[in-house]
Amino acid sequence: MEILLPAIVRGIGTGSTYALLAVSFVVIYRATEVVNFAQPALMILGAYFTSFFVFSVGLPFPVAVVAAMIAMAALGALTERIAMRPLVGQPVFSAAMVTVGVFIVLTMVANRLIGPDILTVGDPWGLERVEIGGFRFFQVDLARTVLALGAIGIVGFVLKQSRVGLAMRATSLDQETALAQGVNVGRMFSLAWALSAALAALAGMLIGTGAGGVEATTALVALKALPVIILGGIDSIQGSVIAGLFIGVVESLARAYQPEYAPWLGANFDIIVPYLILIVSLMVRPYGLFGTPEVQRV
Amino acid sequence: MSRTPRSLRRGRPELYSDYASDQAIWNTPAKRISTLLILIAATSLPWFLNRDLMGLATLVVVYAISGIGLNLISGYAGQISLGHALFMGIGAYTAALLGGTETNLVRGHELDVLIWLPMAGLVPALFGWLVAPIAARVRGLYLAILTLGLLFVGEHILKEMKWLTGGTGVGRRPAGTDLLGFEIYARRTVLGTELPSIASFYLFSLLILVVLAVLARNVARTRQGRAFSAVRDRDIAAEVMGVPLLRTKRLAFTLSSFYAGVGGALLTIVFGFTTPERWNLLLSIDFLAVVLIGGAATITGPIIGAAFVVLMPRFIETFAGSLPFISSTVGGSGILNVFQLQRLLFGAMIVLFLVLEPRGLFGVWIRVRNYFKAWPFSY
Repeated sequence: MEILLPAIVRGIGTGSTYALLAVSFVVIYRATEVVNFAQPALMILGAYFTSFFVFSVGLPFPVAVVAAMIAMAALGALTERIAMRPLVGQPVFSAAMVTVGVFIVLTMVANRLIGPDILTVGDPWGLERVEIGGFRFFQVDLARTVLALGAIGIVGFVLKQSRVGLAMRATSLDQETALAQGVNVGRMFSLAWALSAALAALAGMLIGTGAGGVEATTALVALKALPVIILGGIDSIQGSVIAGLFIGVVESLARAYQPEYAPWLGANFDIIVPYLILIVSLMVRPYGLFGTPEVQRV
Repeated sequence: MSRTPRSLRRGRPELYSDYASDQAIWNTPAKRISTLLILIAATSLPWFLNRDLMGLATLVVVYAISGIGLNLISGYAGQISLGHALFMGIGAYTAALLGGTETNLVRGHELDVLIWLPMAGLVPALFGWLVAPIAARVRGLYLAILTLGLLFVGEHILKEMKWLTGGTGVGRRPAGTDLLGFEIYARRTVLGTELPSIASFYLFSLLILVVLAVLARNVARTRQGRAFSAVRDRDIAAEVMGVPLLRTKRLAFTLSSFYAGVGGALLTIVFGFTTPERWNLLLSIDFLAVVLIGGAATITGPIIGAAFVVLMPRFIETFAGSLPFISSTVGGSGILNVFQLQRLLFGAMIVLFLVLEPRGLFGVWIRVRNYFKAWPFSY
């Protein structure tokens, strides 16, 4: 229990961050059927902006987080307008490759802004612990869980209940029909990107909290959302949450136990655990736990 | 085979009276002549370029080999693979194991080029053959994500196999270049000019590129090549028409991995040293850029694309010095340093080509050619 419980709590903490990232992928996928490979760069820029607003502008932390999310939402919408909009109607592969190009450009921007330093985002949690029921947990894990799941809940609620959410779901169902019903499809694309970038920014901030901080290379962490969306189903928010928590916990358990019980698997084995889950999941159930199987017509 | 009389063919380069000459690789005199001229020019490069530029030229040739491989699977067969770098790595380490020297850290058997070079292709091809059934289960972006997963897992395994790769940050030296007692990588004087040591290796790689490029072009023209295109354009329709999906995808994976392995093995020799973390996602993206910028589903495309991807950073490095806001060193005072500018433009190029000219540089050439073909008319 000395190792198990903290490992699980830490797993839930990182897992909710993965879930949040996964939801940011899902939002874009549902609107445009594109897996956005630029998401890691958006995440890292989100962490940078949070840090920037806290330390350079001097905003209080919660305001800085919101400001960073708004800034990233604007950047996301701008990216969509410049790079993605011309590709509507083109093969999905082209659009996905464009996001790879955007990833390279934005990562370079992040690299330039962050430089060789390790950023802290100025969070109030740091390395403090809180005691619940005789066990001591890192505050940061609790903060991650609450904030990430809260944000996902809000997004889910908005998509389900609001008028805009309805329009977004209509767009993802069939763009042309949505257009015919008076939905501004282009605006929905921008909105999806903005929402997704804001979520990625929040996730970037959460990744940067606690002990680690954020470097330019931390961006690759966001790729762990790919196993999550595959396991959960690429168009399911509910699936993202469950798969995110699952992968986070499994990864954390692997980090806690693998060096002791299976050292032959090598150093840093926990990093590739999500990808092993990804491969198995694709082989067993390609559309994930909650995804919609793709129907094909000749 | 009945041929059109020479008198009729004169002035009508595109008059074909039989299928074979219509489908020939070099079906017009212009193509024959230009290919010949390009070959002569490429062969004579060592006599004009210095050591540094020869290294770049060799890199272009080696990138082209792997690029053609990726184009077979992603361009012709439409299966997007982000795992290309892994297959290149497998090829590189097969070559290093068979042809490299033994040290107290890594194993090596010091075999001949004639043995390790084919093996560097065949071993990755075997891996490709084994992975294909898994990969054939999923399509489109799911495949891209699957191959990404394979890449990460493979990278981990390579890092852990220290007897083979040397381990993270340590690395190992590549295979030796002894071809039947003839040392390929050596300084020698030919036709009165002292050539840099990389020159003969360049010529060797060029020879392999030409052989593999012609082979790939021929595969693309056969029944299998047409099956690739059918699978790419609509896999279910292809299956309905009797194209076996698994077999076709498996062949595409196997072939592409063969090319990747050969390219990877030669690449380590150009670099002279390799660490397991070199075969990562960024390298895979480099090769996707080679295919996309060059032109998907062509053979000339990846060669042009390889030249573009390899030479563009150098071009920027050379000319960035005259731009005031670019600093030439890391940590300099400019808005961007050269390395950042290179990556920035690289990403921007991928976006620009996909948005403006999805057929890549080869498509640009087609446009130019068609303009002059129809000149002075607009179509």
